[in-house]
Amino acid sequence: MGSSEMCRDLAGEVEKLLKTSNSYLRKKAALCAVHVIRKVPELMEMFLPATKNLLNEKNHGVLHTSVVLLTEMCERSPDMLAHFRKLVPQLVRILKNLIMSGYSPEHDVSGISDPFLQVRILRLLRILGRNDDDSSEAMNDILAQVATNTETSKNVGNAILYETVLTIMDIKSESGLRVLAINILGRFLLNNDKNIRYVALTSLLKTVQTDHNAVQRHRSTIVDCLKDLDVSIKRRAMELSFALVNGNNVRGMMKELLYFLDSCEPEFKADCASGIFLAAEKYAPSKRWHIDTIMRVLTTAGSYVRDDAVPNLIQLITNSVEMHAYTVQRLYKAILGDYSQQPLVQVASWCIGEYGDLLVSGQCEEEEPIQVTEDEVLDILESVLISNMSASVTRGYALTAIMKLSTRFTCTVNRIKKVVSIYGSSIDVELQQRAVEYNALFKKYDHMRPALLERMPVMEKVTTNGPTEIVQTNGETEPAVLETKPPPSGLQPASQNYLQILEINGFHAVLFSTGIPSITAYNKNGLKIDFTFERSNTNPSVTVITIQASNSTELDMTDFVFQAAVPKTFQLQLLSPSSSVIPAFNSGTITQVIKVLNPQKQQLRMRIKLTYNHKGSAMQDLAEVNNFPPQSWQ
Amino acid sequence: MWKIHFILLFSRQGKLRLQKWYTTLPDKEKKKIIREIVQIILSRNQKTSSFVDWKDLKLVYKRYASLYFCCAIEDQDNELLTLEVVHRYVELLDRYFGNVCELDIIFNFEKAYFILDEFIIGGEVQETSKRSAVKAIEDSDMLQETVEEYMNKPAF
Repeated sequence: MGSSEMCRDLAGEVEKLLKTSNSYLRKKAALCAVHVIRKVPELMEMFLPATKNLLNEKNHGVLHTSVVLLTEMCERSPDMLAHFRKLVPQLVRILKNLIMSGYSPEHDVSGISDPFLQVRILRLLRILGRNDDDSSEAMNDILAQVATNTETSKNVGNAILYETVLTIMDIKSESGLRVLAINILGRFLLNNDKNIRYVALTSLLKTVQTDHNAVQRHRSTIVDCLKDLDVSIKRRAMELSFALVNGNNVRGMMKELLYFLDSCEPEFKADCASGIFLAAEKYAPSKRWHIDTIMRVLTTAGSYVRDDAVPNLIQLITNSVEMHAYTVQRLYKAILGDYSQQPLVQVASWCIGEYGDLLVSGQCEEEEPIQVTEDEVLDILESVLISNMSASVTRGYALTAIMKLSTRFTCTVNRIKKVVSIYGSSIDVELQQRAVEYNALFKKYDHMRPALLERMPVMEKVTTNGPTEIVQTNGETEPAVLETKPPPSGLQPASQNYLQILEINGFHAVLFSTGIPSITAYNKNGLKIDFTFERSNTNPSVTVITIQASNSTELDMTDFVFQAAVPKTFQLQLLSPSSSVIPAFNSGTITQVIKVLNPQKQQLRMRIKLTYNHKGSAMQDLAEVNNFPPQSWQ
Repeated sequence: MWKIHFILLFSRQGKLRLQKWYTTLPDKEKKKIIREIVQIILSRNQKTSSFVDWKDLKLVYKRYASLYFCCAIEDQDNELLTLEVVHRYVELLDRYFGNVCELDIIFNFEKAYFILDEFIIGGEVQETSKRSAVKAIEDSDMLQETVEEYMNKPAF
């Protein structure tokens, strides 16, 4: 169809044709005008005079296209919208005539006169009534009439009802009308026709925020839709169910959702699991129920759980102090049979590492305590280490857990020492490094071991980004730690400081911040980069900066590369990033560690270059970071 | 904005019988899209709904005998009404050809396009009356020369 230049040239002709007496030409002219406006919105005013008489048409074809033209104009320009508001009574009249008029063979579809025109008028009314009380009031009657009088046996009637419902929800209608609309949707849900169910679920999803109570009434029908065969219906039912969970119905809903998780297609499992975790966190009636639910999710869909769920769960478990024994017992039983689901094994290893002493002491109030010996616990952790199914991260968890048990277990310390020393020569660099450091702990720093490995304190959730990081220490900071002497100010606070760095299972050092305020270095186009700072105890000229990159747009950013340059007097070392993909909707971040050497104690400045792929195109940006806090370089 | 982006007609074996595009796209893109969509729709089974979410559009499809009619509409459009639009087009074809079948469309594809053009312009419905749309085609048929008239013309 025409390009914008062609439209400009021909617009005058089109406008003239709009006024011709031939209705055949007029309807085509109207649609041409629509196209012209779409391509060149500035020409809209040209068609304004011609529209004066458009609604007086008798010919349905021209009437229909005129309504389309008016709709287009109102959509594009708020001035036009205000101008055409006065047409509401006329539109209402036309609609009324359509409904009340008798059978017209030309325009009839299964007993309904000209459904296309009806829907178009309803749509125009929707635009005109949005945010405007008077117009909305003028439409109330006719909408109620359409809603109650339309035949629902055929698809065409339902099409009109659907449009009516959308209009009612969008304008400032009275509450009775809204309830009517939602009831219509509820009726749609019970319809045998899949298409109608699909449409109902989609609209309910849109309205659940505003008319929550009314939609709740149809909760049971929605939950039934979870069992439907159609994939799109299931997805919408799942989203709607999550939106409907509240404090009262959480137990029942969760049961249904867990059952759904069990039986649904793999593409849903990750979303369903995350949704369940969120809902459980918000509305859990009791800690035990919460932990049970989490366990259930981990065992049914363990491999689909998102990576950031593991640290969240660990934090949750730490915080429910009285449930530690119960939790560790259940987790132990869970991985006894099957240790292939990585997130489950990670959480379980961490818990066993922390609360192994509770496990073997056989105290558990919530359920029947099991008799486990220290050797059995070490057996399972060692099998996780050896197994081919375990990812490298999982192995790391297991090894650290074994190490922690050296202070919690009494009779098997030698066995632990042996295991740790074996992995000192492991091929996996991460494991090898950990093992070597733990060995060093045994040999040279045995006096520090109990303090270092003591129980993690209850964590506060710092920010949503805080506890969900897998810290990228790469061990660089550790040798620095192990070589310094602990400061004389007492072992307790010192061990807290070291503990933070040794806890390499996955908690960002931000949690126990060293007091230097963090900054937002870059925030543009949905990409935000935060800097957090630590000063090295060994070398006061070294500042360790950890960057976190997050993405608030709807699409992932891939192939993300962060580069930095500093003034000549500084030296920069960039360690490898955690990944190259920043997921959308702030659902995850990339972390990277930068070390800056500043021997002359000059003001820290940095130029950064970001390259990434987003929405199918390559993006690049340069920026200067000047807002470093003084404590980071003085 | 609300409008139809394209309409495709294809057989059960995936052969394209009609394609009407209401947006401008390069040829290669069109072919790619057609391939993708035909695959998606042919693989859906009977029990599923007539709507598919694809990229940022919605595909509304319906099978009539051996032909699949597929319409791509925007996210906010009324899907049920689009089903009616498809049905109306089939009715128009039926009225014109009298008990239309796939062969009619294969051998008279240009008429099928004309009928579509009388019904939908620029992605919007222009004529809601069955009678008028078909009459317009019949009128233009009258203006067409028949083969005999052509053969009888004097040749220079």
